[in-house]
Amino acid sequence: MSILQANEITIRIIDKTIIHGLSLSVPEGKVTSIIGPNGCGKSTTLKALARIWPCYKGNVTFNGEDIKKFSHREFAQKLAILTQAPQSPADLTVKDLAEMGCFPHRNWFGRKSMEDDAHVEWALGQTNMLGMQHRLLSTLSGGERQRAWIAMALAQRPQVLLLDEPTTYLDICHQLEVMQLLEKLNRELQLTVVMVIHDINHAVQYSDHIAVIKEGYLVTEGKPQEIVTAQLLKDVFKVEADEFICSNGMPALLPVDLVK
Amino acid sequence: MTNNQADTLERIERFGISRTAWRLSVMAAFAMLAFLGAFLSLTKGSADISLAQIINILSNPTLEPQSQIIWNIRMPRTIVGALVGVNLAIAGAVLQAVMRNPLADPHIIGISSGAGLAGVTIMILFPTLEYLITPAAFIGAMLAAVCIYILAWKNGIKPVRIILAGVAVSAFLSAGISGLMIFYSDRVHGALMWMVGGLAARSWPHVSIILPYAIAGVLLAFIGAAYLNILQLGDEMARGLGVNVEVTRIAMTAVAALLAASAVSVVGLLGFVGLIVPHAARLIIGSDYRYLMPASGLLGIAVVTLSDTFARVVFAPVELPVGIIMAFIGAPFFLFLLRREI
Repeated sequence: MSILQANEITIRIIDKTIIHGLSLSVPEGKVTSIIGPNGCGKSTTLKALARIWPCYKGNVTFNGEDIKKFSHREFAQKLAILTQAPQSPADLTVKDLAEMGCFPHRNWFGRKSMEDDAHVEWALGQTNMLGMQHRLLSTLSGGERQRAWIAMALAQRPQVLLLDEPTTYLDICHQLEVMQLLEKLNRELQLTVVMVIHDINHAVQYSDHIAVIKEGYLVTEGKPQEIVTAQLLKDVFKVEADEFICSNGMPALLPVDLVK
Repeated sequence: MTNNQADTLERIERFGISRTAWRLSVMAAFAMLAFLGAFLSLTKGSADISLAQIINILSNPTLEPQSQIIWNIRMPRTIVGALVGVNLAIAGAVLQAVMRNPLADPHIIGISSGAGLAGVTIMILFPTLEYLITPAAFIGAMLAAVCIYILAWKNGIKPVRIILAGVAVSAFLSAGISGLMIFYSDRVHGALMWMVGGLAARSWPHVSIILPYAIAGVLLAFIGAAYLNILQLGDEMARGLGVNVEVTRIAMTAVAALLAASAVSVVGLLGFVGLIVPHAARLIIGSDYRYLMPASGLLGIAVVTLSDTFARVVFAPVELPVGIIMAFIGAPFFLFLLRREI
């Protein structure tokens, strides 16, 4: 059952068509990864799913309803997005940020409610940030900062969490930390996760569903083991890759040369 | 925003003062400064009047000269100064968040020039319609704001484009003001004082002009504080959190234009308050708008009333327009900010 679905969406930015009639379905309660070369329209597709970019043609549905029908607030209660390297004021603490996640649940005056504190504490607990809640965001390491942003998104209490390259700029340890956190949130909270990601092996290891985009068209979507192959990397990324089987039984691909 | 500032705030935490306690003490200190400003503005001048006398005069007004000075000269002037300070400071604070640019203020981005051109046009060309100055200034400010938006709009709004468009619009409108003043050089005296921005001879009618706009604008700005906090995370994150970014930007710019225009229509083109006050407040209290907004308002009262008293007293019997004092304090502060932040 797909919770979020793009139906033949075309996206134009100024006069340039970025996405051409792309259809994509996000299965409920699963982890979906969107992969593709730089500039293929992955992030644009993600932002169309989050209603940040409007569709020129086609539409996006959430549980079968056109996302344009929801108010801004209603939609933010259902779906949270973390864009790449978001900005924040230098004096913002982790807790301040997590509290901002409660914004879509507040009334027009933005008054804080008693429940907000409980939700913020829960979100900080889920991301293991309770001990750092009074730290300034600007003094955290990259991995900790990413967890703080995820705490904010959780405080939105969404059914779907979209992430744009959540592990870019992180070292391998922090990359795994973020991926395992997302895996845990998906399993324990049945949170649907959609991420744009560059690391093909992370995509294979941690996703239930993968969509491959190239030059604004959907190449294929399906189960990672079935669709992510050396041939796909050759067709889409123009690299020759060797296939391995990891100790946990999952396949892994190592690019060894460019396609000549 | 700099790392310096983040360090300062973290250090404050380490001293064992909680952040809320710190913010409330800063707010109390600003409130005291505002009272001090208002107090000096009432007591100092060509006739020094003591606090005891003022309390006596306020509780039972008489026809004696001192009572007349307080009731008809100093009191309204202090109130106008305080309201102008609040309006300009809050307009600046709002614009800095909306444009996501530390250099935004009503003066620099052209909203004041729009109000100014409309005001000067009425003063010089239609002096009989003087009662229309405030609505005209508001319309001028809004038109300037709309112009800036249209010029800066290209598939969304970028803060840098708004500032650049604002500077261009401001230069264009200022040229219009200068042109008018040269063509009608026989009528410019009133307009000249107005261009610098001053509180001389402001009285009760001016209070009643600015008060309703100030109340409405300040209330709307306070309601907007939570939205402005979210806007600081960037447009895309703000949208993700359920903020209608375009509507919020336009509505809050209109609020800032309303506040700035009502101030401009009463005291003229008083610059730098909208720039330096929210900045100084932000350096001390942090960037959470729920605290920054009232703190800016209080500091605005203090800065304008103190500067005006200074302008009246220091070169007595000559009275300088407060705008000159503000520019003398404001310009170096502006350069300080430039070196610190950019």
